[in-house]
Amino acid sequence: MILDVILFYGAALVALASGLFVIAQRNPINSAFSLIITMCSLAVMFAMLGSGFIAVLQVVVYAGAIMVLFLFVIMLLNAQQDAGDRAGGIGRAGIILGIILALQAVMVVWKGSASLPTRHTETAAVDVARELFSQPRYLYPFEATSILILSAMIGAIVVARKEKGK
Amino acid sequence: MEALFTPANKELAIDALIGIIKLAVIFNVLLLVFSLMTYVERRVLGFMQFRRGPNRTGPWGILQPAADGIKLFFKEELMPEGANKFLFFAAPVVAIVTAYVSLAVVPYGGPLVIPFYGQVSLFGRPINIQIADLDVGILFIFAITALGVYSIVCAGYASNNKYALIGGLRSSAQMFSYELALGMSWVSVIMAAGSFRLNDIVSAAERMNVWMWFVMQFPAFVIYMIAACAEVNRTPFDLPEGETELVAGFHVEYSSMKFALLQMAEYINMITVCALASNMFLGGWLSPWPGVIPNSPLWFFAKVLFLLFVFIWLRATVPRFRYDQLMDFGWKRLIPAAALWVVFFSGMTAFFGEKKSPPSTVAIIQPAAGQVSR
Amino acid sequence: MDAYTSVMNAFSTAQASFVPVALAVSAFLFVIGAVGVFVRRNVITVMMCVELMLNAVNLAFIAFSRAHGTIDGQILVFFVFTVAAAEAAVGLAIVIALQRNREDLDVDSFDLMKG
Repeated sequence: MILDVILFYGAALVALASGLFVIAQRNPINSAFSLIITMCSLAVMFAMLGSGFIAVLQVVVYAGAIMVLFLFVIMLLNAQQDAGDRAGGIGRAGIILGIILALQAVMVVWKGSASLPTRHTETAAVDVARELFSQPRYLYPFEATSILILSAMIGAIVVARKEKGK
Repeated sequence: MEALFTPANKELAIDALIGIIKLAVIFNVLLLVFSLMTYVERRVLGFMQFRRGPNRTGPWGILQPAADGIKLFFKEELMPEGANKFLFFAAPVVAIVTAYVSLAVVPYGGPLVIPFYGQVSLFGRPINIQIADLDVGILFIFAITALGVYSIVCAGYASNNKYALIGGLRSSAQMFSYELALGMSWVSVIMAAGSFRLNDIVSAAERMNVWMWFVMQFPAFVIYMIAACAEVNRTPFDLPEGETELVAGFHVEYSSMKFALLQMAEYINMITVCALASNMFLGGWLSPWPGVIPNSPLWFFAKVLFLLFVFIWLRATVPRFRYDQLMDFGWKRLIPAAALWVVFFSGMTAFFGEKKSPPSTVAIIQPAAGQVSR
Repeated sequence: MDAYTSVMNAFSTAQASFVPVALAVSAFLFVIGAVGVFVRRNVITVMMCVELMLNAVNLAFIAFSRAHGTIDGQILVFFVFTVAAAEAAVGLAIVIALQRNREDLDVDSFDLMKG
């Protein structure tokens, strides 16, 4: 009830604010930590939208593993602060694009909310598992992603390796 | 004002009050156990090393944690020049918050039953000694443990000190390397119990004999203890914070209360992994003789204390791993072992397990006109 | 009905508006990420903005899964996690290789193929 509403809107505000910090901070480490906060608040929103399992997976996979990878690379490469906007006016084009996209987003969400179905559900891990491992639905894509991760691992190791004899 | 005191809101308020009482009790008990742990560790280490631990402050040195606390409280708080102030403050906070939050999901006992009095009920509800009974309990603890890595990374980076940075990166690399083996060691337990909820796991252990459950999950238990030892940076995996190796690792620049918070976070993490192990593998609050001796939270505490003693024992006995040995062991030996165990156990479950279709837990919440029905 | 009661009623019905608010947040986060890809100079920050966009898409999937009552949205989020992890790993490996060759992490300086 009230607590749900406060939690959801609070998480939405935190997500938006830290999303803005991600692109506004000069230091890439601050951007990374802002992104972690965004992901955690998005996990809260996932949980309030009825999928606690995906919320926890978001924290484990995104905030707990991928962002650690980002932080490691930033710290080990000693990434410096940005020195201003990008050359060639791409920065200005980006901001104009952003304004246009934001206006479009407002229009779509405002007009389209009326026709959203309202069959709200709460789901548990067992439902995700049933769909994911069943034959005519998502079993083959699931196995394909395991091969995808394997090839990504091999690719990452090969690309980042120091060349022998140099 | 009548809208405020609807029955639904009253239930919410009573639930919240009970939750706050449980929180206060569990939080304080954990603080007590933490301070006792610091003392017990030094005493037990001392006795195992053929010396006595602290025995001056108070009878048998039992006031040593108080003395340590007072000393740390009055030390000067230093912040290195050039340190990232926000992250320097935030690191111990993140550490302690993640350490305590994962203990909110762990069940400490079933419904509270005092012998010769019957079931205790507060405001007409039976008290479950657990703050939050999540459907995805174990995964939640995994997620919070994954977030705990950030405190070390923050602490190492924010100190503006090469040794702290290297110590922090090493320690966090070690932590998330062993997290994989940790997660895989749980899979067999979750498969056998059929649910992520810790209460269901203990119930499954109760249905099967507690001893049989332990024997069935024994390889997973061994893998879990090794991985948990590495997760909480305990010997033999405590190179990143060894005093003689890397100055003091990621907490070299921390003093006074922030250091106390980092130490507290480490010990509370240790208590968390022991509590998890006792719930998942040792049967939690179940008694070893089911018919004769009743279940009680005291069994849970006894099991947790025993596992903590095992950690202290390991610290006194085993020398430290070198860092490359540590990473080699984690990636090349522990993870394949855990993966093999998962494959083996899945095969056994598929062939010999009970064939039951999982229940559908989809609950449809239809917002009726103007009201949300719960 | 005074203002207090109507506010209390509004709170209890507000839960039905979680989905449109989530979609709005998703859209705005996507826009923020897109702007970030254009505006920022550091390669790693650009990659983080791409991750932000992927997160916004995840939120949209979950919101629609809730509205329609099906679970396909959550399965797709699962796959998005996987693909994002793979992409982040390979992308960061490429960044490491670039930095080793060039000592520079500025997006505008990788212009060897410029005509």
